[in-house]
This record gives sequence, structure tokens and C-alpha cells, in this order.
Amino acid sequence: MSEGNGNNPGGVTSKAHSPVPDEDLGKSGKMAKLKIFRGDAEGGEEIGYEIPLVEGMVVLDAVLAIQAQQAPDLAVRWNCKAAHCGSCSAEINGRPKLLCKTRVEEYDGGEIHVGPMRAFPVIKDLVSDVSWNYEVSKGIKPFQSSEQAPFTMYEEDVERLYEPKKCIECFMCQDVCHVLRTHHKHPEFAGPRFFVRNQWLEMHPMDEADRLADLKEDNGLGFCNITKCCTEVCPVDIHITDNSIIPLKERVADEYYDPAKWLMRKIRGS
Amino acid sequence: MQRDGHREGYETREHDVLIIGAGGAGLRAAVAAAEHGLSVGIVTKSLLGKAHTVMAEGGIAASVGNVDPDDSWRQHFIDTMRSGKFLNDWKMVETFTKEAPDRVYELEQWGALFNRTPEGKISQRPFGGHTYRRLCHVGDRTGLELIRTMQEKVLATDAKVYMETTVTRLFKKEGRVVGALAYTRENGKFVHFKAKAVVMATGGWGRIFKVTSNSWEGTGDGVVLGYDAGAELVDMEMMQFHPTGMVWPPGVRGLLVTEGVRGEGGLLRNSEGQRYMENYDPEKMELSTRDVVARANYTEVQEGRGSEHGGVYLDITHLGYDGIMKKLPTMYEQFLKLADIDISSEPMEVFPTVHYTMGGIKIDPESAASSVPGLFAAGEVAGGLHGANRLGGNSLSDLLVFGRRAGEGAAAYIEESVHSAEIDEGEVLHEIGRVLEPLEKKEEGESPYLIQQELQEVMMEHANLMRDGDSLKEGLGKILALKDRLPQISVPGSRLFNPGWHTAQDVRYLVQISEIIIRTALERKERRGAQWRLDFDGPDEELGKINFIVTKDGQGEVGIERREIPPMPEHLASLVEEAKAKA
Repeated sequence: MSEGNGNNPGGVTSKAHSPVPDEDLGKSGKMAKLKIFRGDAEGGEEIGYEIPLVEGMVVLDAVLAIQAQQAPDLAVRWNCKAAHCGSCSAEINGRPKLLCKTRVEEYDGGEIHVGPMRAFPVIKDLVSDVSWNYEVSKGIKPFQSSEQAPFTMYEEDVERLYEPKKCIECFMCQDVCHVLRTHHKHPEFAGPRFFVRNQWLEMHPMDEADRLADLKEDNGLGFCNITKCCTEVCPVDIHITDNSIIPLKERVADEYYDPAKWLMRKIRGS
Repeated sequence: MQRDGHREGYETREHDVLIIGAGGAGLRAAVAAAEHGLSVGIVTKSLLGKAHTVMAEGGIAASVGNVDPDDSWRQHFIDTMRSGKFLNDWKMVETFTKEAPDRVYELEQWGALFNRTPEGKISQRPFGGHTYRRLCHVGDRTGLELIRTMQEKVLATDAKVYMETTVTRLFKKEGRVVGALAYTRENGKFVHFKAKAVVMATGGWGRIFKVTSNSWEGTGDGVVLGYDAGAELVDMEMMQFHPTGMVWPPGVRGLLVTEGVRGEGGLLRNSEGQRYMENYDPEKMELSTRDVVARANYTEVQEGRGSEHGGVYLDITHLGYDGIMKKLPTMYEQFLKLADIDISSEPMEVFPTVHYTMGGIKIDPESAASSVPGLFAAGEVAGGLHGANRLGGNSLSDLLVFGRRAGEGAAAYIEESVHSAEIDEGEVLHEIGRVLEPLEKKEEGESPYLIQQELQEVMMEHANLMRDGDSLKEGLGKILALKDRLPQISVPGSRLFNPGWHTAQDVRYLVQISEIIIRTALERKERRGAQWRLDFDGPDEELGKINFIVTKDGQGEVGIERREIPPMPEHLASLVEEAKAKA
């Protein structure tokens, strides 16, 4: 056993524990240039910042370095810095992006404009008020089963649920969706994120709640005209349009627009 | 209060139970309290669903025995006590290992989805230090599944969630905790929460170190709030370094590489291509406990057998692309996007990263009550369950077992005690004044970012995973010097979403915790679990029988008491004896 004898604490040779700042460790000799929106609900303007470009730097690293060294009150929302939590959603050159997953080098020395998500009210700088999403979420019927866990479910029964369950709630699909962004249908339309949630609930083999009426009436599923903008921006590659929205649309159509079912409803008066 | 000619206002909110923190423990406590028909308020520094629980990857440990039917709570008990080097509160461990299976099934009942066995049961994977395959999991995003399930469960109750709100102080009346002061991050408005009971569920304090897998939130607010309110803390010297954090590029230093990689057969090699774990733990190899693997990785690099950037190699290529996409898709994406490494064809570079805090607020194993009436604690902010080293996968079940118990404990406490949550308004105004100080300094002062950075460097240098007395003492001197600089912190800007001002609050917690950790690390003069003193040869039998208990003393200084661990009752002692006989 050589359980770590004879090492000098503090004298760690690994670059991983090096006390040297990031910019000395991964020197590139270049500068990262960012134009960041500074302002609030009233308005604002882009301000230019420059900091040393570090090898592998993501836009969030750059923003945090600017915050620590040049603009202490620069507002940005972030948590895990590993693309697991979906907090640092913002817009880079007008496109929703996770700041922690977007490398500065991707822009190849070109201009990097960073601003807040615009489908929601701006609070300050890079932070938008996304609380509306939680209100929508609260209105969705939760998972419900009269069976008692542990459930017997086979891999093939649940395989297709893994994809919608990957959602990290970055709300970038909500940000890019023109029903919300351009047409401001927030009161009538739940948005792609919540069709993803509805999808796994509806397809879970043990769930017993019926959400089709809610999807049609409260969640405004019909507003979506499947332009796939949401799918394109999803950072965890959920095929929102093909695998969540279209199957739900089919279920709603079967339920409400199938002539036989329509007749049955008339007769039952429901 | 008159300041600059205007009165400083604040809102008042009343709840039966105030829960501070919205990770797995806080949310589980909220569900328990809400089921009693109580009014519940949940305060979280971030948005709902972003707490550090979301970062847990490998799985949730529970002896459901789906793949290894021989598993039992007894074996889980033995494994947990052994890994904790018997400093654990054995009563907590017993409760925990017995209840973990129920909490997993309850998650499934509420809609959580785990990977399945061919028989249609929840699948379980092997993990370091667990005798049997024990971690219920879904790929490498088990924490996301847990927190989303709990979040959706909570949204279906009447609990009120206060997002992006930071608590700065607990209020007491006649010896009981009866509320807290908080401010909203969005606009800096103050809120006085009146509550009959408070559940602390704020998580850990990895942010005292530079290289950590923790998000910005891990600043240990809860442990200092509890300490300031008079609560006992336990095992504060015990910090877990996860053996495998990312190494390169610089920006990702310390990001977690899940133990699931080793669980799925990942191999550790040094620059000479040797599977060096055979020199450290030839029996368990890569699946030894985290303290052992972390020291092994560290030692290999220190002795000159490290990788290009000073890590060791972790190789999962044998799973192939398809296997990796099924079992470890998040890791694949993380390395490809952030480090340009395709882990299906090349090894990862890894090195230890600060990950978890075993110590924390000492709680009663039944009710999760702290030593201060009205204050309960659960999850990482609480101490005692994990002893000197936590087993992977035990944290997620910890959140649910003791989260539920804290909610139940708070409900029972409220039922038997009639007391008012009214306090003198002067206390509220005084605290508001203190919190506003950094914003109101007209002259230029200390930058909170710079103090935080200096503190992190001190802790890396003096309280890393190898420690010695002289270096710890030097580190303590530096921390105390930083403490003296805290009153000079000043920040520009307004109260509107101002991270500089928020950081000014955080550093107070960071400095206080660092002082406590170094002082207790100086007291534990031995090598045990995560505490590894190079100036002592091995474990000390006498120190193996005590926990260090910290409380704020009469002078406001860190008081440390050696408290003997009570003997185990016969039914647990005999389990330990049997296990020893088998080994």
C-alpha cells in the first residue's frame, strides 16, 4: 500500500489543482471580445468587453471573468456549468444558447453579441423572468396511478419515455417558439417544453390521467404549426416536434376529430 | 428604518413551516409537511429544479435487491459504516438503510422512471464500496429524474415556492427558531418569514475550494445560519474529494465525471499504462471507496506518473459508442462539447475534485431536529450519516429519507408546541441594515469576488486532500486575515439582480466555514477516511471513538468539543462482528 505518503500538501503538480488563474494556464495570446446587453425592463444597450481568451473557454467563462474583473453587477443566471441544469440560457447573436455549452472559439473571432431570452420579460442584463413557465407547469395534471409501486415495466414499454425525460428546463424551446416570441400567446399556449412533459405523462404505461382535453383547450396544442424551431435549439437533442408534439396532435385528433368518437360524444352528451 | 431619508420597507410572509433550499431534501420535506395540511414556504436561491441534486449522475443507493437478491439493509448498513470509518451516527445509518427502498419506490409511484431489468424491475448498477449492485439509476442523469419528480410533486401541493431568494439570518424567540430574513435576488426586496419551524436543506459548501464539482450555490449558507443560531455541527473536518473531476481545458477543471463510469467498468491507468489501483486496493480496484481512489489518483500524479495535464486516465472505450450512449450519454456529450474528447475512442483525463461535505448540522436520527428547538435539517447540510467518507449513491437516498423525516419532524413539533413567531421589529431592521452595508459604502473597498478567489486558493493550498499541521495552521492564519477584511467589502450598483452584492453575502459564509474546517482538521490528528494528516502515520484508536462537535461559544468564537460515540446496540454490533469475521 502506498497510501499517498511523502507528498507535500500544497505542492500539487496537477494543472487541475494549479493555483494559477485560468488565463495563465490555457494562454492563447488572443482576446475574447463580447458585446453584452446591459439594461433592464426599461431598455438598455450593448457594452463591449475584452478579456484574454483561454483554451476551451465557453461564453459563460467569459461572462463570469468580465463580472469578476470589470463589471461586478453584471447579471447572469447559472448553476452547474456542465449543461445539466439549464439555468444559463440566453441569446447569442440572436439565437438561444446555453452559455456554458457554447465555446467562444465557435465564433472564430467574429462578433459575439450576448443578450437575455426575449420571449420573456427582461429583469436585468442576461436574466429574464421565466416564472411563467412554472405557472404553466403547475396547471398540468401530474402523474397519477392507482397501481402500487414497485411497477413491473419492461425496457421496451418505457424506452420512448427516456427522451422527453431528458429535458433540463432551459426554456430555450419556449424562447424560440414564434407562438410565444412573436405572437405572445402565453395565456393560451403551453409551449414546446410542456408538450414534452405531457408526452411522457401520456405515454407512461402506469399513468391513468387524461390530458387530451387540457392539451386541446388550455394548452393550445393547435397553435403549433410544426416549424421545428424548438427541436433545433434543444440542447439535449429531444426531437420535440416529431416525438412529442406530433404524437400528441395525433392523439387529440383521434379523440376529437374522429367521426365515430364525435358521434358517441353527441349521443352521451359529453 | 430611516436611511438616506427614507424608510426601509420589507414584506412579511407567514408559514407554519419554512423550508430553506429546494433540492431533493427540501422538496421531500415540503411534501411531508404539506401532507399534514400545514402551510409550507420553500425558499431557494435559484430557480426551481436547478438545485445541485440535478447534478447527481450515478444513481440512488437502496437495497431493493433487484439484481442481487442477497442484498439487504444489513449489508447496506455494514458498507456505509465501513466507508464512514465508524464515525457515522449508527442510528441514522440504520434508519437510512431500512427506509431507502421505500423512498425509491415512492419516487416511482410519483412518476420517476428508472432503467429496467429484463424482469421489468428497477435496474441497479455497481458502485464503489457497495458489496452488491445497489444503485437504482436512469442512465447518468438520476439526479435530474429525482429533482424533476419532486418538483412536479411539490407543484401539485399548496406549498408556496419563493424562487431566487436568499436567506441571511434565522430569528429566534425564547430559544426557538421562529423565522428568517431573506432578500429576493431579482430586486433586492426584503422579506421577513415568520414560521413555527424551519427546515434547513441548503446543501454543501464545495465553493470554499477553487476546484469543485459544485455550482455557485454551494456556499454553505445553511450550516452557518444554523451555527449562528446555536446549532451543533458535527464532523466538519470531513470533505469528500471525488476521485474523478475533469482536468482540461481550464474552464472545466473540477467538473464531475460520474462514478458510474467506473461502475460500468471504466479502468484507471497512469501514464505508464498501469492499472495502479492494484497497488492501493487490489480487491475492489476501481470500485474502492472514494477516499481511497482519490488519494490513489493524487499520488500517481504527484509521483510523476500523470497525464499531459496532470491527471490520470479513465478509460471506458470498451463499452463502445452504443453502450456509452445507453449508459453514459451525458458524459459523452460533456467531454465532446467541452473538451473535444470522444470518450468512445479515447480515455478521459481526471483528477480529484471537491465534491461533498460529510459534516454539517447534527440532527436527531428520528425527527431530523437540530440541537436548537424549531430548527430541522436534512440532506448535505446535515451531518452524521456518512461519517468520514460517503459512499456514492447514498446522498440521493439520504435526501429523501431525512427530507421526509425533517418534514414529519417539523409537523410533529408544531403540533405539540404552541408558540408565537412574533419578534421585535428592531431585529429585522438591524439585519436589513447589515445586509445593505456593502452597497452603501461610498468609498472604494474590498471586492467580494477577490476575497472569494483568495479564500479558494488558501483552501486548495492548505486544506486539500492531503493535510499537515503546519500547513493547516498557516492556512488558518490566512483565513482569519480574510475574515478581518470582510467589513471592508463594498459593491457598486443597485439592488436589482446584483451578483456582486449577492457574492458579498456568500463570502461571509465561506470564510466562517473554512475557519471551522481548518480548526477541526487540526484537532483530528490521524488518517481516517477523508481526513488524511501526513504528519500522522495512521488511524488513532481513541480518535476513532469520537466526533468533533462545533458550536459557537459565548465569545462568538468556534468552540470544539470531543464527544464520544455511544456504543452500538446488540443487534447492530453483532452485524459488525459477523462482517468482521467474514472478512
